[in-house]
Amino acid sequence: MHQIDCPWCGVRDEAEFQYQGDASVTRPDPDAGEDDFFSYVYVRDNPKGWHTEWWHHNGGCRQWVKVVRNTATHEIHATGLPRDGLPVPQARLKP
Amino acid sequence: MRYSAFSILWQGLKGHSGWPRMWRDPVPKDHYDVIIIGGGGHGLATAYYLAKEHGVTNIAVIEKGWIGGGNVGRNTTIVRSNYMLPANTHFYEKSMQLWEGLEQDLNFNVMVSQRGIINLFHSDPQRDAMARRGNAMRLAGVDAEMLTPAQLKKRVPILDFDNARFPIRGGLTQPRGGTVRHDAVAWGYARGADMRGVDIIQNCEVQDIRIEGGRAVGVETSKGFISADKVAMAVAGHTSAVAKMAGIELPVESHVLQAFVSEGIKPLIDTVVTFGAGHFYISQSDKGGLVYGGDLDGYNSYAQRGNMPMMEHVMAGGMAIMPTLGRVRLLRHWGGIMDMSFDGSPFICKTGIGGLYLNGGWCYGGFKATPASGWCYAHTIAKDEPHKLNAAFTIERFREGRMLDEKGVGPNPWIQ
Repeated sequence: MHQIDCPWCGVRDEAEFQYQGDASVTRPDPDAGEDDFFSYVYVRDNPKGWHTEWWHHNGGCRQWVKVVRNTATHEIHATGLPRDGLPVPQARLKP
Repeated sequence: MRYSAFSILWQGLKGHSGWPRMWRDPVPKDHYDVIIIGGGGHGLATAYYLAKEHGVTNIAVIEKGWIGGGNVGRNTTIVRSNYMLPANTHFYEKSMQLWEGLEQDLNFNVMVSQRGIINLFHSDPQRDAMARRGNAMRLAGVDAEMLTPAQLKKRVPILDFDNARFPIRGGLTQPRGGTVRHDAVAWGYARGADMRGVDIIQNCEVQDIRIEGGRAVGVETSKGFISADKVAMAVAGHTSAVAKMAGIELPVESHVLQAFVSEGIKPLIDTVVTFGAGHFYISQSDKGGLVYGGDLDGYNSYAQRGNMPMMEHVMAGGMAIMPTLGRVRLLRHWGGIMDMSFDGSPFICKTGIGGLYLNGGWCYGGFKATPASGWCYAHTIAKDEPHKLNAAFTIERFREGRMLDEKGVGPNPWIQ
């Protein structure tokens, strides 16, 4: 089971959280154009390896936590506040 | 070799020493007319229908692992066509019809068992939604019937009809739905394709797709470069990774879905039952094991294994609707990687690159689609244009606002 280190509550089980998707996606400027908004809503990198993502601590403090997690091994490298720029290990696994 | 009662009798007399292997283990040629990346159910079916329906036989199916080792062997074997949106209904009904004739077509026993599928409902609004779905199916020529609690009690007496939270008020059934032995589907299509000259190349990983002048010209593999006139992807679960080799970004995320099989018990349930309100569905295999599952784990994963919270959730759903499950021990469980598209519907289409085709985005519903997916994909590859049955399954539908959002949950794959 994933154990997620919530910056407000400490280490808690995955069952307390709701996954909320890829955190590397950012909303484009309002006048950025159709292509940028299309990518923002629909296109995802979907890496096999390290992935920066949102987990909502909805069974706890109800804050949003940023998590760097490996999609191939389920290992968690780092967690932090939404504003934190978390380090992502560079080693990518083979696709 | 053609399989028949006579061939079984004859081989029985000879001590079963004369059965030939079902497909060859060829050395890859330098060039093929069509290379299919991925030897799962969909890739093998595509090769079979390309050879059978379109006369294209110079084909290689290139598989990283072994035939039947991926999602075609990691599902819960259910087949059905109880969809509501027209594009989905007609496509999945084509698949259902192909299932119905598949054993004769392939000369292979894939154990098609039309034991029916029942979707339970628990309230008046749910009954209305089920009736609407059933009517949409019947309008499209698909079989659907509403069952009263009395009819349901006769059919599946083991259910807890008086559950305090979800009392059963009836069900929508598709009598032609059921189950199919999933490994046999891979083997049957592989044998059928091989008999028509298709090379099935196992333990050979595609590492890159070579593109020259805006056209796919072949693939780099762990056994060297192989050129081709056309390259077709059929790697659901890993579609993002393979499409990236051609520089294509997709509205797809990979998620893990778990499935469970109990110890073998005497006949308990002779149909497929889905308990949508509690995220649980169940059938019983011919070996006696109860085969059941529920929701996605709900986070991006390529790990082919899930975690305990979802196991507990599935078991709780099972206990709610079928309390007797508490006396049955779990024998095995596993996870499969789903290509979750952003509207819950698949892709069978051309790409922006000449001679490169895409089949993927099957979410957790790829197995039932196997025959029609192969049939439509073969048409798309051979004619270089989609059949009307898969014309809606494009990548461009997202940009054009023509999503096929059967569940109506929006672009959040983890809650599809």
